[in-house]
Formats: sequence, C-alpha cells, structure tokens
Amino acid sequence: MDTLDFDFTLPRRSFRLELALAVGRETFALVGPSGAGKTSVLRAVAGLVRPARGRIALGGRVLFDAAAGIDLPPEERRVGFVFQEYALFPHMTVEKNVAYAGRTRAADVLERFRIGHLAKSRPGELSGGERQRVGLARALARNPSVLLLDEPLSALDPHTRASVRAELRTILDRLDVPVLLVTHDFQDAAVLADRVGVLIDGRLLQTGAPTELIASPADAFVASFTGANLLTGCALLGPDGLTQVTLADGNLLYSVDGAKGLVDIAVDPWEISIAREPHDDSALNHVRGPITSLVHIGNRARVQIGTLVAEVTRQSIDRLDLKQGDVVVASFKAAATRLVARRPGIESASCGAEQRAGADAGRWATAARAPREH
Amino acid sequence: MIRRRLFTTALSFAAVVALVFLLLPLLAIFLRVPPAELFAQLGSEVAIDAIVVTLKATGIAQALILLVGTPAAYLIASRGFRGRAFVVTLVELPLVLPPAVAGIGLLAAFGRLGLLGSTFDLLGVSISFTQTAVVLAVSYVASPFYLRQAIASFEAIDHALLDASRTLGAGPARTFFRIALPLAGKGLAAGAALSFARGIGEFGATIMFAGSLQGVTQTLSLAIYAQFDLDFDVALALGALLVIVSAAILLTVKLISAWTRSTSTSPSPVARFGSS
Repeated sequence: MDTLDFDFTLPRRSFRLELALAVGRETFALVGPSGAGKTSVLRAVAGLVRPARGRIALGGRVLFDAAAGIDLPPEERRVGFVFQEYALFPHMTVEKNVAYAGRTRAADVLERFRIGHLAKSRPGELSGGERQRVGLARALARNPSVLLLDEPLSALDPHTRASVRAELRTILDRLDVPVLLVTHDFQDAAVLADRVGVLIDGRLLQTGAPTELIASPADAFVASFTGANLLTGCALLGPDGLTQVTLADGNLLYSVDGAKGLVDIAVDPWEISIAREPHDDSALNHVRGPITSLVHIGNRARVQIGTLVAEVTRQSIDRLDLKQGDVVVASFKAAATRLVARRPGIESASCGAEQRAGADAGRWATAARAPREH
Repeated sequence: MIRRRLFTTALSFAAVVALVFLLLPLLAIFLRVPPAELFAQLGSEVAIDAIVVTLKATGIAQALILLVGTPAAYLIASRGFRGRAFVVTLVELPLVLPPAVAGIGLLAAFGRLGLLGSTFDLLGVSISFTQTAVVLAVSYVASPFYLRQAIASFEAIDHALLDASRTLGAGPARTFFRIALPLAGKGLAAGAALSFARGIGEFGATIMFAGSLQGVTQTLSLAIYAQFDLDFDVALALGALLVIVSAAILLTVKLISAWTRSTSTSPSPVARFGSS
C-alpha cells in the first residue's frame, strides 16, 4: 500500500549519503549526530535536493528515478514536511498558514489539532508547542501521502518538551501514512518511533525497534548513542557461566551476556550506584576511583568516575556527603551490562595477554566513551 | 578638571562646526528670498517644464527599475551559481562610478556613433538628446541602489520558508508572489525610495547623454544649473523644492527601517542608507 521506498546516493560536502529504506504505515526515526546527513534524507524525499543516483517511490508513484529521468518538483510530490523551526510564514495568521496548503477547509484542520483559538494569531505570538502544532496541522492539511519531520522537538525548551513529545506520539499514531522523522536525540526517537535507524556519516548502521537497539547495539557507536557508558575490554567465559571482561587497567567486570575477544561493555548511567566502600550486595562489578566531576541536574546528579558516568539521586549525594575528588566505588550488576562485540579492526589484535600485563596503567586508558549530553 | 572640560568643549565645538557647515547652504536657499516669493517662482515656465520632465522621466525609470530589477534580484539572491559574487559586484559598480563616466558610456553604447547606434539608426530610432535618453540615464544611475537593496532583502528570507511553500503545493511563481515578495516588501520599498531619490537628483549622466533642452530633457537639477546665471531666484526655488523632496524621501526610508526592525520576526534588514 502506501509505502515510502527509496534507495539513493546523495553526495554531500564531506561524505556520500547512501541509503536504502522502506517505511510502511509506521513511524520511522533516523537518529544520528548532527552532520550525519539526516536532514538531507528528508530533503531528497521532498524534492528539495536532487540525489545523484537512485529511486524514490511512494506507494505506486515514482517521485524520483535518476535512470528514467523522473524528478517531480516538491509541489507535486504530496509530501508533508514539518521543518526544524517549523518555518511558519511570519506574515500570515495561523489560519492563513494552514489554508496555504489548501486542500481541506482550514477551520476543520484547526479544530482537529485543537488550535481553533489561535486562528487569528501570528506565528510570532505563539509558544513553541503551539508553533509545532500549527506546523503539523499545516503539513497535514493537504492530506499528504507521507509525513516528514525534521528534529520536531529540538526547537522546544526542556519544560514543554516532554508533554509535546507525548502529544506528538498520539498524533503520529493516528495517522495512516508513513512517517519519517529525524532527530539527534535517541530518547525522542524511542518515544516517537516504531522503528529506529542509526545514521552515521551517510550510512545506516543499524535498524530496529528502540528496545532492540538498546538491548543489542550493533556497535560501540550505537551503544553510546543510546546513552550508555562504554568500556572496552577483553572477554572470556568464566567458570560460573558469567562472562569475565578484563579492562586495560586490570579491573575485572562480569556480564551475563556471552561474548569472546575484544568487546565494549555498555551500562546505563542509572544502573550504577555509588558508595564510599563496596556494598555487600548482589552487584558483582565494582570500580574504584576519584570523582572527576559532579553535576546536579534537578533532583538528580551526574557523577563522573574516570570515564564512567553514574546518574544518582541528589539525596544519596547529600547522604554520603560526596564532593569532587572523593574516592568512591561505583557498583553495577552483571545483569545491567550488555556486551557489544567490537567490529574487526586494528584494535582487535591487542586483545590478549599483554592487556593483563599492562594492568598497572592504572587509568581508564581504554576507548570508553561518556554518554552524550542532551 | 580644567583639562577634561577643555576636551569636552573641543568635542562640542567640532560637532557644532560640522552641523552648521552641513545645514547652512540648505538654510541659505530658504533665507535669501522670502518663502512666498520662492514658491511663486515655481510657477514660471522653466520650473513647470523641469518638474514635468523630472516626474515623467523618473517615474518611467522607476517603473522599469522595479519591473526588471525585482525578478533579477530574486534570481541572483536565491540561486547559488558560479561567479555570483562577481555579478553582485558588477551590479554595484555604477554606484561608485563618476556620473560623467556613466554619461560617456551611455553615449558610447546608445549614441548615434555608438555601439548600438547604427542598429537604432536602421530602425529609425535616435535616442541621445531625447526624453528616452533621460530615462536611460536615470535608470542606469539609480537602478543599482534598488538592485543592491533588493538582493539583500531577498537573501535575508529564511530559505526554509520558500522550501515550506513548495512542499505545501505552491509552484515557484506562487512562492515568489505569496512568500518572497511580501517578506522582502519593506526592504524593497526602502530600496525603491533610495533609487528614486538618486534618480530625481541625477545630473552628470543626463547632461552628457540627454543634454539640457527645456521641456524635453531639462530635469530639475539641469534647470538649476541652466538658471543660476539667468534668474537666480528660479534656481533657488527649484533647489528649495528638491531639498523638500529629498528630506521627505530620507524620512520615508528611516521610517521604513524603524518599522522593519520593530515588527519583523524573521529579519529582512534594510541596508545602511547612503553607503555609496
């Protein structure tokens, strides 16, 4: 039926965007860091930029086919596009903005999106959340065959973001056309999308349901992108059925995941607890080190121990009277870790005996990465 | 203490000298002859002829500038092409060109013995020393003021708005008329006012290319020049008229830019006045 189906190559300044994807009646999120080519994908589908090679089809209609010389202009593609800053026409009222698309009666559309009371307002007078609703209403007013959203939440302040995100999810669920959205925020993608694709340097690294990506990231980047800590080490199967991972600094960590050779261990910041001495609890993994930074975010705190980031409540920081420089023990369960096999490369050769020998390196000299800040 | 006061006094003195120097000639125009008599002189035949020629030539030139300049500026502003910076510089060249050079250039291109002169001769058309020549001279000298401002105004439009228009089903023409033109409107108006002011005061290129024939090619500026040793009072009256018109245009431009600053959400800045 109404499937968005494309396979094209689009040369960008520093890389080639090469992508093949089919999006059915679902919400598909392309996530990736800025500069990965996410927006270019949307622009190519909308006809605002022309791929060098390939084909873009929507249901039975061919929108673009380089070989056949087909390239429909944007106005003939029936594509709904919600721009990053919403791109509302500043010289028109909300009503005129929505009527600009023109297929259906503007008043009906405004009612459907519960923005009837804003009809006579100018975009400059609206809040971020209201602008987004107007942008959506305008894009959907033409009954497009596909909806494209460019960073739909990035223009919002943190206070409205969560509520708008939930509201957007409800709206997207009710649509019966393919929805393709791009975001740099994995959490946004996880809430909004049925499927997520990780796009880096113009290539799709991994595709799957958000939970699949978190549970079994294809590589280190995907794991770090989902917000997890990453530590690199050498894995081998222990006698108790757990996997033992030796880190470069000699620390031994345990995981319930099975793997062998050079691996990345992913663990979410909120799975890590902090104490002055190791607890006598079920956590098997303990990492000792000084606190290198301590940042309060609302009622939580982000504590950095080496390259490991833990997210704990403010109360526990106060209770332990922790401050920067204090030596603490970070603990997490073997069940809270995920092992990600390293893609073969130069580093895989270094997994072996010399790692244990280099135990006195003392620091986290591994390729561990801190999670992205949002 | 005394030294500080001395410095402040020196600054004030310089400011007063500058202002008086700039204002004195303008005041002198109005002070030499009583205002009532001054405006009576505007009823003279020379004055009326000059006003008619100026309004007609500048009006036609301004219409041509808007009609051709607006789409040209939109194209230059919205397309990225090779040599674009060169084209923009080329458009600005007449701004810094001495008017006499513009005059001789127009003669060399459109004059009887000029580049296209023989072509026009075959068609039985002679341009130089006609009202058409005045229109061409004014257009040549004044159009860069409009073009430059128009390019800047179109460039200032958020490109996402034009893209949004296209995805909402509007073709390039509808996008131009419904989105680009209204959003650039204030900047275009300011540019038009500036080029109008330049056109109305045009002298050098006109006198070389069109001559100074009363009732045919003699504009206000040319009439002032022709009258100042014949009837100084008429020259003064014409001067007074131009002072008032120029002041009104300057005020208009200032008001437009102030209005643009205070009402616009996506800025379309008006380029600085008097940058030539």
